Amino acid sequence: MSLFSKKNQEVLLTPLGLNNPVTVQVLGICSALAVTAQLEPAIVMGLSVTIITAFANLVISLLRNTVPNRIRIIVQLVVVATFVTIVSEVLKAFAYDVSVQLSVYIGLIITNCILMGRLEAFAMMNGPWESFLDGIGNGLGYAKILIIVAFFRELLGSGSLFGFKIIPDAVYEMGYLNNGLMLMPPMALIICACVIWYQRAKHKELQESSN
Amino acid sequence: MEYLSLFVKSIFVDNMIFAYFLGMCSYLAVSKNVKTAVGLGAAVTFVLIVTVPVNYLLENYVLKANALVEGVDLSFLSLILFIAVIAAIVQLVEMIVERFSPSLYAALGIFLPLIAVNCAIMGASLFMQQRAFVNIGEAATYALGSGIGWLLAIVGLAAIREKMAYSDVPAPLKGLGITFIIVGLMAMAFMCFSGLKI
Repeated sequence: MSLFSKKNQEVLLTPLGLNNPVTVQVLGICSALAVTAQLEPAIVMGLSVTIITAFANLVISLLRNTVPNRIRIIVQLVVVATFVTIVSEVLKAFAYDVSVQLSVYIGLIITNCILMGRLEAFAMMNGPWESFLDGIGNGLGYAKILIIVAFFRELLGSGSLFGFKIIPDAVYEMGYLNNGLMLMPPMALIICACVIWYQRAKHKELQESSN
Repeated sequence: MEYLSLFVKSIFVDNMIFAYFLGMCSYLAVSKNVKTAVGLGAAVTFVLIVTVPVNYLLENYVLKANALVEGVDLSFLSLILFIAVIAAIVQLVEMIVERFSPSLYAALGIFLPLIAVNCAIMGASLFMQQRAFVNIGEAATYALGSGIGWLLAIVGLAAIREKMAYSDVPAPLKGLGITFIIVGLMAMAFMCFSGLKI
């Protein structure tokens, strides 16, 4: 079997769209909403989750036949916690400002349901390479939603992207104002709802039948 | 007085759900009817009251720089130790409740094991570490307030969702979409508490 067979491509790519971890599987909402007031922390968070999911999936998939079923949750938590500690120490060393902005949410990757969800649903049943790809795919699917939400929140909320001013002064002189509410927690939920709305309007098979 | 202020603040201003989005996954999944919502909320509050003070002691007497051995800083271990303590306590609480109060166990039953991976629990311990409370009483008050805030939020959402069953929601928004919007509106309502002081 080649490394990028059709099945593996599917494993890698469906989480970006039709099986997105945030909007379809409803995993990892907490941090997805909390770190999206600006683009930079959102991207760092997305990348951290991608790396941790990929490697945790890989390790658990290698261990899947040796770990007794009863203690698998603890084993999974320890593996994830180890990777999160590594990422958190690396961020503190090389990107201190971002790690301060992300505050507790880096530590909370441990309890991010994407991690546990993918470990339970995929890595426990599949080989290491597929699990690794599944981790990358789900991490990137998560990062995608973070980036979309953060893009709108930063653009409309502070008129900038990555901290650089985008909206020209002339527009402000005509009476345009930044929408401060965009930076507040509630708008993260509402923008995320709009993303879900858009996706489900395009893909009818994702719609739910009851409220 | 300080305790009262901290308590009210952690319920309304720093609400776990509306200000920090902690525990969203189970919040969205288990808020379809009020009765189970009360069960989960109570279980979360209970586990918070136990884990935060324990992690507070661990943080101050083991992990902090110079706490255990002079010149040793173990704080890089805090993530692993906190999650281990939480998982162990959840297991312990489950066994104790099962032994001494079968009725409570039956009510909380399925929710207890899930709580180990609820980010509200881990989040409260990490916030406790970040805010550096001066004594264990403050940490416990913070835990109680956060738990009640979480309970309030999930019961409120469940009550609204029960009524939602009769509304005509556009098809693509059904289920998850409209729930997000409701939570967003509730969060806006809770914003009016910001700056509250007692």
